[in-house]
Amino acid sequence: MDILFTGLLLGGTYALIALGLNLQYGMARVINLANGETLVAGGFGAYWFFTAQQVPPLLTVFLVAPLAFALNWLIYVVVLRPLVKRAKSRGRIEVDMILTTFGLSFVAVGLMLALFGGDYFSYSYLARPITLIGETYALNRVTAFLGAALLCVALWLWLYHSRTGMSVRAISVSPESAGLVGIDVPRLAALAFALGGAITAMGGALVSMFLTLDASTGVIFTLKALIIVIMGGVGDIRGTIVAALLLGVLETFVATVIDPGLTLASAYLLFILILLLRPQGLFGRSRT
Amino acid sequence: MTRPEVQSLSIGTVLFALAACLPFLSDAYLLSIGVTIAMYTVLATSWALFSGPTHYISLATAAFFGLGAYTTALGIEHLPYWLLLPIAGVLGAVLAALVGLATLRLSGVYFVIFTLGLAELVRQIITWGQNMSGTKGLYVLTAITEEHIYWQLTALAALVFLTGWLIARSRLGFAVRILGDDEEVARHVGIHTARVKVLLFMVPGAVAAITGAMLAPRYVYIEPAIAFTPMLSFQVVIMALLGGTGRLWGPIVGVIPFTFLWEAISGTFPNQTTLLLGLAFLAIVYLLPNGFTGLLEAARSRLKGAPA
Amino acid sequence: MTRPILKWTLAAAVAFAASSVMADTLKIGAVGPKTGPLAGGAVVTYWPNVQLWAHDVNARGGLKVGDKTYTIEIFEYDDQTNPAQTIAAVQRLATQDKADFILPPYSTGLNLAAAPIYDRYGYPQITSTATSDQVEKLSGQFPNLYITLGSASGIVNGLVDTMKGLRDAGTLGNTIAMVNVADAFGIELAEAARPAFKEAGFEIVYDTSYPLGTQDLSPVMKGAKDAKPSAFIAFSYPPDTFGLTEQAIIEDLDVDVFFTAVATAFPAYAGRFGAAAEGVMGIGGVNADDPAFQEYAARHKDVTGNAPDYWASAMVYSTFQIYEQAIEGAGTIDKAAVAEYIKSHDFDTVIGKIAWDEHNNNPAYWTVGQWQGGVFRGVASTGRDGAVKPIVKDGWK
Repeated sequence: MDILFTGLLLGGTYALIALGLNLQYGMARVINLANGETLVAGGFGAYWFFTAQQVPPLLTVFLVAPLAFALNWLIYVVVLRPLVKRAKSRGRIEVDMILTTFGLSFVAVGLMLALFGGDYFSYSYLARPITLIGETYALNRVTAFLGAALLCVALWLWLYHSRTGMSVRAISVSPESAGLVGIDVPRLAALAFALGGAITAMGGALVSMFLTLDASTGVIFTLKALIIVIMGGVGDIRGTIVAALLLGVLETFVATVIDPGLTLASAYLLFILILLLRPQGLFGRSRT
Repeated sequence: MTRPEVQSLSIGTVLFALAACLPFLSDAYLLSIGVTIAMYTVLATSWALFSGPTHYISLATAAFFGLGAYTTALGIEHLPYWLLLPIAGVLGAVLAALVGLATLRLSGVYFVIFTLGLAELVRQIITWGQNMSGTKGLYVLTAITEEHIYWQLTALAALVFLTGWLIARSRLGFAVRILGDDEEVARHVGIHTARVKVLLFMVPGAVAAITGAMLAPRYVYIEPAIAFTPMLSFQVVIMALLGGTGRLWGPIVGVIPFTFLWEAISGTFPNQTTLLLGLAFLAIVYLLPNGFTGLLEAARSRLKGAPA
Repeated sequence: MTRPILKWTLAAAVAFAASSVMADTLKIGAVGPKTGPLAGGAVVTYWPNVQLWAHDVNARGGLKVGDKTYTIEIFEYDDQTNPAQTIAAVQRLATQDKADFILPPYSTGLNLAAAPIYDRYGYPQITSTATSDQVEKLSGQFPNLYITLGSASGIVNGLVDTMKGLRDAGTLGNTIAMVNVADAFGIELAEAARPAFKEAGFEIVYDTSYPLGTQDLSPVMKGAKDAKPSAFIAFSYPPDTFGLTEQAIIEDLDVDVFFTAVATAFPAYAGRFGAAAEGVMGIGGVNADDPAFQEYAARHKDVTGNAPDYWASAMVYSTFQIYEQAIEGAGTIDKAAVAEYIKSHDFDTVIGKIAWDEHNNNPAYWTVGQWQGGVFRGVASTGRDGAVKPIVKDGWK
């Protein structure tokens, strides 16, 4: 029981890390290797506002989100869209996106280093125990989990119960036919990318309450997010959520029952097994 | 052998002979850049042998490289160094074959991330094994010098080029070309596409493992964070793609300018190295959409097209 | 290509315009991570000291070598925590920049990767952030390699002795929960600790490792708590040192000794945990009452804007002082002569006197420190003065 709860809490953290990337990759077709840097920047925002301005991270989330949205929108329109237009094939876009976002991740690390310095940004917020069904949990982790749950529900409602959301899903299935039925594909792709960035930055602000970050740690989160998104199936947020929770529970189970030294190994093993059994991911559509 | 084939073979031989003379300049700085170039040439060229025609982007280079580095680190006390290189090669090929067999059903980005996951899995298992056995990093203290490493890498590069050239001339190469154009067609004309891909994937697997085995003495101290750094996989991909994967000599024209660029940036701007490298990537992707080979070929066709 | 840091050169230029003595410059190389996995530690303990040292030397007029005076010009490189880049940068410093001396790189792996080049060109390599359990072998292969940080077994013995003292005083029980990060230093410390604790009569009731980069340490902490230990020992790295402490507070882990390793001595540790840090033990330490250290700490804060940590910062600076004193002492900038001087002399530094054993090892170093009254004080060492009495951890408040 305790394992399940702790695991779900960790899974919530993972969902925060991966949700934005799913939007960016699934909907906007950008495999964003700078995802982790966006997260770290969000975390730094929370740290700075908390230590310098005494603004609690839970409020900072709402400051970080529009900023990240605008910045990511700009990145998509200025940097990425010309490449999408130029490319002649799907494969070409994929390769260009990998190269470009890899470059962007370097630029982001360089900028953060110049702006924030390379030091750890570490602060203490809501680091209090909270007792649920006789077991203690960290209040900041529980809070982040609730934040993740709220984000998921909001995203779900938007994607499945709004016109724009429907259109965004349409471009994830087929940008060509979506264009034919009158959907403004370039605009919606930019929207999905920007929204993904905003979600990742919000996630960063939330996880910075309990994870110690520095300018160079982004790549760890990028790797984790990629694995969760691929495991869940590209372009389906349910898949990402299930995969994140599954991973959280598995890692906690292994850490508690078997050996904490094997948690990451078991995570990759699960990932590889899932891909072997379901090559398109848990919720992915199989392609012909 | 046709005349152009003889021609390219002899040009290649001369170039390699020239490259092998670098240590005689006795400029240690140039030599260390030479080692970097030779290492990435080997890795990127062998990577492109598989990824060029199949369009599978593999991020497993670090897994094979680390495997090779650990082969040397673990074996150096017990076996002669020269024996360790082929052992690393065989291990790399076996791992590549296993991965290849397992991942045939994956397509596109799933394969990319799978190979990335594989590298991390191997790294985690080795880390855990180290903790269980209580050994931390492994020491590789040898008398092997930078010159030796350079020559070994150059020889390996020659071998990779020869392999690529032989593959292109063989039935396998023919099958690869069809497969690269259209996998459906390849299957219809009776090509065992799965077997072709696995065979082809074993080449970069073995080569990267041998490279890791050769470089272990240079690093002196081998630990998982050093041997399995995911950055290596990314760098190889970037360099190969910047060069162009369509031709055997494509990656090397990416590796050479890229190495000098990297060196110039890190030498001149120590505080902005990462930022400027990132900007350089972006500039290259924008300005050279077809890689350096694209640039060279465009220049060549312009020269030919221009009235004499 | 204005590589030298303008500020320092300017300060030096002003100082010398006044005395109208033309000074020569000494090119000093520095290679370390500004990005990559180890950057977080290096920007706290390594780079500020490079800046501070150059500032200090130039502010006092430069190095007096024989009848000449040299100001220092620093050539720095970011190796991105990548040994290939460390090798390339040291090579470049040696042959292209023609550096007169090269400060040691950062961390065990990067120092050892660069050791063959220091060795080939005869640069003394006085490391401050490397440890090794194979010093005999290394000093045979690299005669110019020095190690000041100490060894895992020394640190573990300091910890065991401290705990024995508390147990004999009746304030500490006999059971230990021990965890370690599954990475180089963490593994080595844990490996040395197991037999040492056993021999001292302690009982290890929980013993596990976790991978570097673990994002949730609560299972580890819950496992440790369920074992009801009287001491919690973690051989941890920076991100997880913070993570484990936070989990301990949340779980209200009730132990008499709480020990975490790297980063416990960082000012950020007390900054984050405040009063809860009181009584936490950690690796390293300094003689915080020593005026030499206090002056150093004040200068560090003045020049770099941040306080030094209570372990590695002063160690790093002290090795730079060895270069400084050896160059002046040898009266020449000839590398071989300076190397000879280093080998055959003792040095007075901010951490006290440093003298070498037969393997170019510094045998006297701080092993365990403890947060007491907002300061991380050394409580155990292998021969340093100024250790304070350890106290037992009294809850998390």
